[in-house]
Amino acid sequence: MQLKAKLLLTAVAVASTLTTSAAMAQAKEQFVGLPSYRVGAYAAGGSGIYGGWIDYMSLVNEQGGINGVKLTWEECETEYNNARGVECYERLKKKGASGNSVFQPLSTGITYSVLDKVAQDKIPMVTIGYGRTDAADGRVFPWVFPMITTYWSQNTAKIKFIGAKEGGMDKLKGKKIVNIYHDSAYGKETIPVLDAQAKKYGFAVVHVPVAHPGNEQQSQWLKVRQEKPDWVILRGWGVMNPTAIKAAAKTGFPRDKIVGVWWSGAEEDTIPAGEAAKGFIAAGFNVAGANYPVIKEIQDKVYKKNKGNMEDKSRIGSVYYNRGVVHGIITVEAIRTAQEKYGKGKALTGEQMRWGFENLNIDAKRLKELGAEGFMPDLKVSCLDHEGSGKVKFQQWDGKQWKVITDWIDADQDHCPADDRGIRSEVRQGKEHHPARLFEGRLRPVNAAPWRGGINTPTRADAHEGAVQSGGYTGWRL
Amino acid sequence: MLYREAGQFKASYGADQQIFPIRQDRIGIMIVLAIAFIAVPMLASEYWLKGILIQFLVFSCAALGLNILTGYAGQLSLGSAAFMAVGAFASYNFMLRIDGMPLLVAFVLGGLAAAFVGILFGLPSLRIKGFYLAVATLAAQFFIVWLLTKVSWFSNDSSSGVITAQEMVIFGYKFVTPESKYLLVLSVVTALALMAKNMVRGSVGRAWMAVRDMDVAAEVIGIRIMHTKLLAFAVSSFYCGVAGALYAYAYLGTVEPEGFNLDLSFKILFMIIIGGVGSISGAFLGPPSSSCCRFSWM
Repeated sequence: MQLKAKLLLTAVAVASTLTTSAAMAQAKEQFVGLPSYRVGAYAAGGSGIYGGWIDYMSLVNEQGGINGVKLTWEECETEYNNARGVECYERLKKKGASGNSVFQPLSTGITYSVLDKVAQDKIPMVTIGYGRTDAADGRVFPWVFPMITTYWSQNTAKIKFIGAKEGGMDKLKGKKIVNIYHDSAYGKETIPVLDAQAKKYGFAVVHVPVAHPGNEQQSQWLKVRQEKPDWVILRGWGVMNPTAIKAAAKTGFPRDKIVGVWWSGAEEDTIPAGEAAKGFIAAGFNVAGANYPVIKEIQDKVYKKNKGNMEDKSRIGSVYYNRGVVHGIITVEAIRTAQEKYGKGKALTGEQMRWGFENLNIDAKRLKELGAEGFMPDLKVSCLDHEGSGKVKFQQWDGKQWKVITDWIDADQDHCPADDRGIRSEVRQGKEHHPARLFEGRLRPVNAAPWRGGINTPTRADAHEGAVQSGGYTGWRL
Repeated sequence: MLYREAGQFKASYGADQQIFPIRQDRIGIMIVLAIAFIAVPMLASEYWLKGILIQFLVFSCAALGLNILTGYAGQLSLGSAAFMAVGAFASYNFMLRIDGMPLLVAFVLGGLAAAFVGILFGLPSLRIKGFYLAVATLAAQFFIVWLLTKVSWFSNDSSSGVITAQEMVIFGYKFVTPESKYLLVLSVVTALALMAKNMVRGSVGRAWMAVRDMDVAAEVIGIRIMHTKLLAFAVSSFYCGVAGALYAYAYLGTVEPEGFNLDLSFKILFMIIIGGVGSISGAFLGPPSSSCCRFSWM
């Protein structure tokens, strides 16, 4: 009888140690849900970026994780489709020991679709180089981080670049710029900023839409030919880009007068266009090339052990791949930052992750430690400013590879359209102002009819209840 | 069939004309509805409700609409997604621009707006059939999406052309939890499905089927072709419009016109082909077996 009791006790003890160690092992993992797209019209971008991102996380795991916390991840195929993106968001949000750490859909459409949902579920959403521009204001969108640079910032940097090429911003007067854009939420995002800047600098701007997917652009380039612009801004995505470059060559428009957005400036955009792409310029918040220590380390520690994600190893060091590595660096550094506050070696919840993103500070020194000096701009995020940098470099295709032709160019923050009321610059300077005014200036048009005078204007009481209103208003935190 | 109506004699016209004349059907539908209304909200996880089931019901509603037009009235349409877009954008604008607009009324008005547009694009069906009609409805698909993108009034001058659905509130109750959203969508879709079932077994449905099977013969026996065809377009577009509104309000939250592209129209067409052309239950069997809702075991 006694023996039996003893046995039972031991069994219980063994079982409890087993379960605790299992729980500990579980707690030592940080889950990152990856709403990737590897099929469909935009597969080239998706496979490169998510591939680079996964490789960087593999590298971190090979090096022992983040203070011992290993990263785990799961992919969910979105096909760049909004409905599927929402389904993936729901599928991934509760996975892992502490839920999904961060949602990064790499699609402006999906970003819009889950904008309200992330605030309800308390999962930060990071949209690096895409997404909703005015979400850069952390007071209005506490859960959304359009990091490094938004479309508006990028576009002002582009105008700066064009100005520099013309020999000064005052030389822009009387010039003409054609904006060829993908006719979607993504493509239309920069129209107001271009109009505002055209007024300010005295150049003319003509907007020419291209319907999705954009593999037929004869009429658009005919229009370019009629307009005889000095510069063309190409705001394309996927198959639209090589088609545009080829059409430009056919109409005889000089390619070195076409400036693309970063979703137009990858090898996948230029190589299919062949010789026609030579001279084409594009903005980028990361650069191409495998000669950075961080990429070499991935090749050494991940690919030599056959743990790499890319099937086509020649794409390592390409623009998209490196952009994926930037996504990885930012995610991992945010986890590291949050661990410093909430306990090293612990799995973090979405709320703790948000703190990590809000206090993210990747300075030049840190970039050097990571082996990413010059690879991406330095980044300092705050509660107010969820963008954190606003810098881009310009690269030119020489027929074989992308060559960086400028240093980091700052965005022209004062002239963003959000700034018709000076809000953006106030955010930059950290000034507080009345929330209602902010709401009136920027969010009302989304929700209320113009003549209603902001009927949805939130009160501070709403904010304290954490009321989530349509249009992404998620309460004030000042 | 697993069962027959042999032995079930009807003693009155009322019994003979009810929506489900066979007892097995009545019991079956009761069980399905009981499971859908009671068991599913209690048992299904948040992911299932928000990620799969709401989407499934929305697409079933759109498939119902297309099935009425293509399956019953025999008019091939490739514009279903565009009619969904009309429903979504119209409901959004009714909610936005009219103070105190009740949500369900906005859905109905969205559906009616879609029905009106459906009639306009159904006019060519009076002259052309088959492939030619498919191409004409394809024009609806491209034109409507283009118009919603082009005229910024529809999206209330949103800089990126997207609409963000307002909160769903009925009599002060906010539909926020996945269960409540699911039940709302389920109620709307159930009501519409019963209406559809009712319509297709009555004179309207018989007129549609007559036109589908042979329009000349239908005309000879006294069916007004124009009236019948346009009614099919209107009813079909109404269903698609309500589906679009539900898609925007209960599932996506924020939609851009590009979300209602040709791909979606094709998907809805495949749903009814896989589920069963010319059957109401086909609209519910189609979505899960086609590509619309992925299940976690796939």
